[in-house]
Amino acid sequence: MSEKYIKPSRDIAARMLADEMVIMTVKDSRVFSLNATASAIWSAADGSTPLREIVARKVVREFDVEPEVAYQDALELVEELAQAGILLLADHPIGTEGA
Amino acid sequence: MSTILEDLNTKAIERGIPLGVHLDVTWRCNERCVHCYLDHDDQGELTSDEIHDLLQQMADAGVFFLTISGGEPLLRDDLFAIIRRARELTFNVKLKTNAILIREKEAAMIRELGVETVQVSIYSHRPEVHDAITKVKGSLARSLDAIRFLVSQGLKVTMANVVMKQTRWDYPGVQALAAELGAHFTIDPTITPHINGDRSLLRLNIDRNGLREIMNDKTIAGQEDQFDPVAPGAGQGAMDNIPCSAGHSACYVSPYGDVYPCVQFPVPSGNVRQQKFIDIWKYSPQLQEVRSIRSRDLPVCSTCAHVGGCSRCPGLAYMEGNMRGPSTADCEKSFAKTGIPSANMLRRQ
Repeated sequence: MSEKYIKPSRDIAARMLADEMVIMTVKDSRVFSLNATASAIWSAADGSTPLREIVARKVVREFDVEPEVAYQDALELVEELAQAGILLLADHPIGTEGA
Repeated sequence: MSTILEDLNTKAIERGIPLGVHLDVTWRCNERCVHCYLDHDDQGELTSDEIHDLLQQMADAGVFFLTISGGEPLLRDDLFAIIRRARELTFNVKLKTNAILIREKEAAMIRELGVETVQVSIYSHRPEVHDAITKVKGSLARSLDAIRFLVSQGLKVTMANVVMKQTRWDYPGVQALAAELGAHFTIDPTITPHINGDRSLLRLNIDRNGLREIMNDKTIAGQEDQFDPVAPGAGQGAMDNIPCSAGHSACYVSPYGDVYPCVQFPVPSGNVRQQKFIDIWKYSPQLQEVRSIRSRDLPVCSTCAHVGGCSRCPGLAYMEGNMRGPSTADCEKSFAKTGIPSANMLRRQ
């Protein structure tokens, strides 16, 4: 099973406000709001840490959920965010192109 | 505004988060607009390092929407470095400019940096009128060229039209020009007193008939709250209203580090050279006073038929002498929309 790497797209504005991450696309001003779990994954999306490790550190430990269930949910989430164009998702570490 | 943004603003107000900041990086300008409310001499602008530090402080405080303006911001050699830092800190950046220094290269840079919107002031579609207001010959042509460059980069551009006596009949022309160039159009029929308190600029305001026509123009209605055609009634809830986001979820920082509730509400509330931004935001007695005011606390406006739907600007009221008083310009707007005189107007009759 290949590792997945994630990094916020460059063309977004984002801010953690209270308990949610608010994201706005620069090009067409679409707005997204992430819940606490999704925000934790987003905040750790540095392009170099594998998604499975992010989930283990930020979701399994902090939200007390089953590792495999948490990973599958996280994978579904990041695929949705990637499809929306606000997150880069790759099978290899992501460099400066998304920074 | 999207539901998420409305919710966000409500949460920001409830939790005391400064969601939006208007940062003037300079008051210097290469135009000399007849209605401008600023002084253009440099009195010791924040340095690059000070602004970069301020940006970090604002990001830490939760600021999301950052409007970079002036003066003419492109007169700062470090403007693009400031925007770059702001984008690294993932602000949503809006740039307000007269655009006459923007050519292909600058437009490409603005796109590259990820600026969300560029707002350009266009006073008239007629060069002789626009240029007479800016006092710069050829300024309309240059601003329009810049808009073309910006739009061709795929940037969102807003053409902001200030209506005054000289431009009374020109807003449909500017509106058509915006449509032709692929820009959004926004209109403001309010002239602001000079930031030093001088009210003589108000002589440039259009008359009541002109205001009535604009406030009831169906091509504009609904574009902004102040043009909403129907004013809500004065229910009990209206008495708990706050007038606007100034000091509640937004504030202004001058090129000298002074913090005000809004650029149009120049109550000195602290200076970022002396205090941390978050400390000013949280603890400034002036901002706390602004935050404490509800419609029920307004001696004249709380008795007014328009209290539930008026666009009363507390800054303009402050510039009239009392932040709890009426803003005559907004009384005129409410009257223009409805034909019903405001309590302030009746009091003066």
